[in-house]
Amino acid sequence: MRRLLNTLYVTMPDAYLACDGENVLIKAQDEIKFRIPVHNLEGIVCFGFAGASPKLMYLCCERGVALSFLTGYGKFMGRVTGNVSGNVLLRRTQYRWSDDNNTAVRLSRRFIAAKIMNSRAVLHRVLRDHPEAVDQDSLRRAIQLLAGMPKRLEQAKDGDAVRGIEGEAARLYFTHFNELLLSQKDDFQIADRNRRPPTDRMNALLSFLYTLLTHESVAALESVGLDPQVGFLHRDRPGRPSLALDIMEELRPHFADRLAVTLVNRNQISAKGFVIKENGTVLMDDDTRKAVLTAWQKRKQEEIVHPYLEIKIPLGLIPYVQAMLLARYMRGDLEDYPPFFWK
Amino acid sequence: MMVLITYDVNVTTDAGKSRLRKVAKQCVNYGQRVQNSVFECLLDPTKFAELKFRLESIIDPKTDSLRYYFLGNNWKNRVEHFGAKTGYDPEGMLMV
Repeated sequence: MRRLLNTLYVTMPDAYLACDGENVLIKAQDEIKFRIPVHNLEGIVCFGFAGASPKLMYLCCERGVALSFLTGYGKFMGRVTGNVSGNVLLRRTQYRWSDDNNTAVRLSRRFIAAKIMNSRAVLHRVLRDHPEAVDQDSLRRAIQLLAGMPKRLEQAKDGDAVRGIEGEAARLYFTHFNELLLSQKDDFQIADRNRRPPTDRMNALLSFLYTLLTHESVAALESVGLDPQVGFLHRDRPGRPSLALDIMEELRPHFADRLAVTLVNRNQISAKGFVIKENGTVLMDDDTRKAVLTAWQKRKQEEIVHPYLEIKIPLGLIPYVQAMLLARYMRGDLEDYPPFFWK
Repeated sequence: MMVLITYDVNVTTDAGKSRLRKVAKQCVNYGQRVQNSVFECLLDPTKFAELKFRLESIIDPKTDSLRYYFLGNNWKNRVEHFGAKTGYDPEGMLMV
């Protein structure tokens, strides 16, 4: 099993990334602020307009380190990619499967079924742990409805039907999302899921976490030799990492949603850490972003037993493991793709 | 695993000074300089073998020496720092 390496986050706006031998350097005002050997890293994420030298980009490509650029608010802008890696036969299978409606729908059903069950598990967890703090009846009803959806998914004949059920499940889930909040309830209420731009604090937080998860999923798919842009559920669109978005579906509830809720419930972030612009856009300030990144990194190191492989791995490797399982399924080594179910 | 590498290179000759620079440069490439000739390197066994080979082909065993201390994976329990220049934890949160 691969080791979970570290990700370097650059949040200093005037930073410049350079390279010296095998080291990644971060310079500001012509002074070296940080230096780390590249073999300790698997990704570099830059927020804001951090510059990078071409030689550093070269080093990152050569060593398979994912270098991504995000705006200060976490919107994905671009990434540096090296050689198309892996096996051309594997990628051809991926493209054929993506074009084949039956296979694409079959895989889409798997992603979405896992997503629905995982979001159900998130709701179930709060009902079990804090029965006194929630509206038990409505939550129980939602959980039951969600539990019935994978069965309906089995009948979905095309992508639109799958997306329809997914939308229904997401609406149901997000209308009960506020129940998960045990403190700072008023400040982090979510009306519905919205983005581009997010119009409340919870949406801003979720969007940011989803962007981080996308970065990890793209890197995971690249590293097993799959094309992150050709998906099954998400349609092709220039620049969109459709397959990464597909495998993210099952990871969202456990990785991002629960982390967002934990941050709020433990008062690790507060309403004051968000800036509300004139047009209603809600954005995080620098300190909040740092708090979220720190929590994210910590969460990635927590160990869980993978439900399918039954071995103990850090949470941060789950996107990689899922990508690997998908690749094995495409190669014919596995009979079916086992999505990630959080127990 | 974490490996602590320390070296002593004889610098009374010009060749010695050159060896010292080369040794230091290799160490910088693989780890973090925690004190002048002390490096903490987080390496997998392959990387360690690579570094070991490089260092040992630079130094002159008659006058110089290298020491490797293997701190394993639980190295954080085995290291304590006091004073200036704390350094960073390569497995911890890396944010600049």
